[in-house]
Amino acid sequence: MTSGFWQGRRIPLAWLLLSRQPLRLMVALAGICFAGILMFMQLGFRDGLFDASVTVHRLFDADLVLMSPRSMSSISMSGFPRRRLVQAMAHPDVQGTTPVNWNFLLWRNPETLKTRSILALGFEPIDPLFTDPELAAKAKSLTSRGRVLFDKRSRTEFGPIAEWFEEGRIVETELAGKRVRVTGLVSLGPSFGADGNLLTSRETFLELLPSTPPGSIEIGLVRLRPGADPEAVTRSLKESLPSDVQVFTRQDFIDFEKNYWRSSTSIGFIFSLGAAMGFVVGCVIVYQILYSDVSDHLPEYATLLAMGYRLNTLMGVVAREGVFLAVMGYVPAYAAGQGLYALVRSSTKLPVAMDLPRATLVFSLILVMCMGSALMAMRRLVDADPAEIF
Amino acid sequence: MNERLTVQVEGLSHWFGTGAMRRQVLQSISMQIAPGEVVLLTGPSGCGKTTLLTLIGALRKVQQGDVCVFGHQLHGSHRGQRQKLRRHIGMIFQGHNLLRCLTAEQNVQMGADLLPELSYRARRDQARYWLRAVGLDDHLSKLPHDLSGGQKQRVAIARALAARPQLLLADEPTAALDSVTGREVVDLLQRLAREQACAVLMVTHDPRIVDVADRLVQMEDGRLIPTLG
Repeated sequence: MTSGFWQGRRIPLAWLLLSRQPLRLMVALAGICFAGILMFMQLGFRDGLFDASVTVHRLFDADLVLMSPRSMSSISMSGFPRRRLVQAMAHPDVQGTTPVNWNFLLWRNPETLKTRSILALGFEPIDPLFTDPELAAKAKSLTSRGRVLFDKRSRTEFGPIAEWFEEGRIVETELAGKRVRVTGLVSLGPSFGADGNLLTSRETFLELLPSTPPGSIEIGLVRLRPGADPEAVTRSLKESLPSDVQVFTRQDFIDFEKNYWRSSTSIGFIFSLGAAMGFVVGCVIVYQILYSDVSDHLPEYATLLAMGYRLNTLMGVVAREGVFLAVMGYVPAYAAGQGLYALVRSSTKLPVAMDLPRATLVFSLILVMCMGSALMAMRRLVDADPAEIF
Repeated sequence: MNERLTVQVEGLSHWFGTGAMRRQVLQSISMQIAPGEVVLLTGPSGCGKTTLLTLIGALRKVQQGDVCVFGHQLHGSHRGQRQKLRRHIGMIFQGHNLLRCLTAEQNVQMGADLLPELSYRARRDQARYWLRAVGLDDHLSKLPHDLSGGQKQRVAIARALAARPQLLLADEPTAALDSVTGREVVDLLQRLAREQACAVLMVTHDPRIVDVADRLVQMEDGRLIPTLG
């Protein structure tokens, strides 16, 4: 219709309609902001719990992971023969392996003397376990019996282990009914299944859990020659190894664990439902606001139609109101989301953080919410009959 | 049809309602308005004045008869055609119908914004020019509720004229005003319309403003009554 931006510039009617009614605007923004925060929290918890389920999984120094087909998740691990790892070594692309024992043991809080289940990983101290290079030095101390490395990011219910250790005290407590000494701290983080973690040698692990058959392990880490194709090696290992073991690539191993929490538990559903509730509440609020806004201004819209403005132009005004509301409601919701995530992180140690996909998703949902409501409110515009205003 | 006439109405009839409730409000009306002419339409309430105004203003579908505005036949025209035509028709309402959330200047610019091929600055200057012309240069940034009734009606006149119409339709513009203010507003309307060579069709009950008209048309029960012009 007109050429150039300045040529096409008009009175910013949508903005003025909103800003000249500050009370209505505040109510609308509070509603959108509330819906946004609700969605941020619910989706954040959901993703955080899924991410938290693999805090330890992400740390392993492995290209492929062997696991028993009976293992469903990190909280129900089954063993498989360690020989499978030796067999895997026969593949020309396999450079090294680490057998790992994985189980939950009862840890006694040395301060309160209460016991609590902690995830214990047993490995040969000379083998690489995590990609973190500092671990190798700390692992040397595990060669003596009854020694453990404690995860200093474990929940506080396990006792002030890290504080005591850093003060230079000798920290000893009971693990699975036997005395152990903490000879170092590592930083792993609690996961959804495990409130705390500790590392120990396989020798100590088998002592603590004598029922474990000596030749049985829960996880086998496989490292490949640089340049090897993990997918191809996975396929060939699957063919050569018996069916009492499953082969995962590193990413599949992480996804397998996440998928357990996503599909075999109601967590995903519950939090998605929570987010959907936020969405619906937001829709209702925005629709109410925009609908009453259009209704209140109906004679004015009719006047504009009588002056020769097109109905589409007026619909554009309502649509722009929707966009403004979405943007203005999203910003405080984003800020509040950041703050609440920080609060959740510090109080639950769950790895909940603002990430771009979620920030984009919530913005899209808010935009859909506002535009959908605007579209519904536009139907009211059709009632604006310029013939009725005389 | 005469192309040079601003408005030409031939045998226009109009009905409201359907079935048994159908009621004829206009009965074969014929009239003409020449460019620059000021025509006053009077008559008792309910005689169809406003309906005639909305039909000439391209706000309603023509049911029977011919209505030509600027040479465009309105009988059988589409919504879009009528909407385009309305851009050249200024309208002043009984209630001022200003946009509450816009200042006086912005309200007038909503009229000027309809002019194609003008820059934002030029349209804003237009708005200021017309507000000055109606004597409101001190009230540019006031919102409608801070203005008096007469001032609001003057803003409405400025808004209608800012779109440079060739025809101005006014429905009892003085109804909400006291006699002195009403007189001022009508005088202003007449003077500015004359300067623009803009035809005016004004519906009014107000006998005090009859003298501004070039011609008087009286209406009763949906018919025009011949009067001395």
